[in-house]
Amino acid sequence: MTAAFLPALTAKASAAAHPNPHPNPRPDTPCDCATPVLTARPDATVIRHGTIVAKAHAPDTPPTDLTARLQTAAHPTLATTLLPPLHLTPTELQGRPVTLWPYGTPVDRDDPDAAPWEAAATLLARLHTVPPPTTLPHPLPPMRGPAKAAHAVARLHAAGPHPAAPPVLRAWAALPPWARAETPPPGPHLLCHGDFHLGQLVRTPEGHWRLIDVDDLGTGNPAWDLARPAAWYACGLLAPDEWTRFLDTYRGAGGAAVPADGADPWPALDVPARALTVQTAALAITKSVAADRPLDEIEQALVDACDRMSRMPPRPAELAPETTK
Amino acid sequence: MQCPKCHAPMHTYNRNGVQIEQCNGCRGIFLDYGELESLTRLEAQWGGQQAPPPPAPQAYPAPPAPQGYPAAQAPAWGAPHGGHGGHGGHYGGHSRHKSFGHMLFSS
Repeated sequence: MTAAFLPALTAKASAAAHPNPHPNPRPDTPCDCATPVLTARPDATVIRHGTIVAKAHAPDTPPTDLTARLQTAAHPTLATTLLPPLHLTPTELQGRPVTLWPYGTPVDRDDPDAAPWEAAATLLARLHTVPPPTTLPHPLPPMRGPAKAAHAVARLHAAGPHPAAPPVLRAWAALPPWARAETPPPGPHLLCHGDFHLGQLVRTPEGHWRLIDVDDLGTGNPAWDLARPAAWYACGLLAPDEWTRFLDTYRGAGGAAVPADGADPWPALDVPARALTVQTAALAITKSVAADRPLDEIEQALVDACDRMSRMPPRPAELAPETTK
Repeated sequence: MQCPKCHAPMHTYNRNGVQIEQCNGCRGIFLDYGELESLTRLEAQWGGQQAPPPPAPQAYPAPPAPQGYPAAQAPAWGAPHGGHGGHGGHYGGHSRHKSFGHMLFSS
């Protein structure tokens, strides 16, 4: 990213935020609205300017995939689920696709008691009940959840040896190929967010919660969208009552990822929750190596879970058929 | 026969003279009356030891009998206490804020 990138991105957001005569009396001077940087990663730069959020996506983002995802977010069927973009196609800025969005208030990271678990569950259930091939105008690429997990493991390999890496890699090796983005997932392919966590919820000025960030949106196994809370719960990082609130609301709203009748949800959640635990542990180790610091207790809990799961394969092997009744 | 849990068809296998039904869907195993004891006895003979105490925990333990609020189900690889409604885990006090802000938001 060049030094001129952020000012240019700000200018795009400012033009969208102030379409009419600018409140600044001298249009040749920069606008004096604050422009906080919300995200600054190699794969995403997100700024806010007044009521507008501008996102610069990764330079290698396939334009047709991003356009299909934008048009899905703008589709009337998903108006109560996904935050709609300002425009149906991305623009380009210094080789990176840029999209514009209305600003929404994020979840308060400092107030766990106020976490909108019910709203999150309802939005995901709604997303998972949209039949993509018939309702949506553009064919969507696969949901990128497994690809993100594979990317995290590739980063762990690239970070070099670390004492906590072997159990994480063993747990990864025990996962079925679809969870490692090597083959398409089995079962029905439903519309999925692909990277759900609490940072992916915002509240509109009207007070409605909506899902944001369509970069990983696509078709796949909807259990992946429940996998991060499921993994936090399984690793002892999310209290059972909060997990139960989330899961019960999801089921009550008709979510398709788990059996609706109160049957054990873990046969459906197990593989995605393992994959998210591996992904999170891999990124935690990578970050600790980069910062030259030890793992903290939370990160160690994820590695410990990988160690346990590597000794308990995801699915018992099928018995060899000796006789059949 | 059909699996009592997920209703997929079950197949029968013979293990040292003991008939075992396994579900094609969830891979659950159904044992008729006395079959577990037969298997346990065979295992003890094989190892030349006394029969080990039954039973091994299920991969996905069913919740215990409700006592006020039933414990949530959890995977076998879950945290020793965190996943079963008990004490422990990292979701209390200081750790709760840390894990909430640290883990529950990042991609």
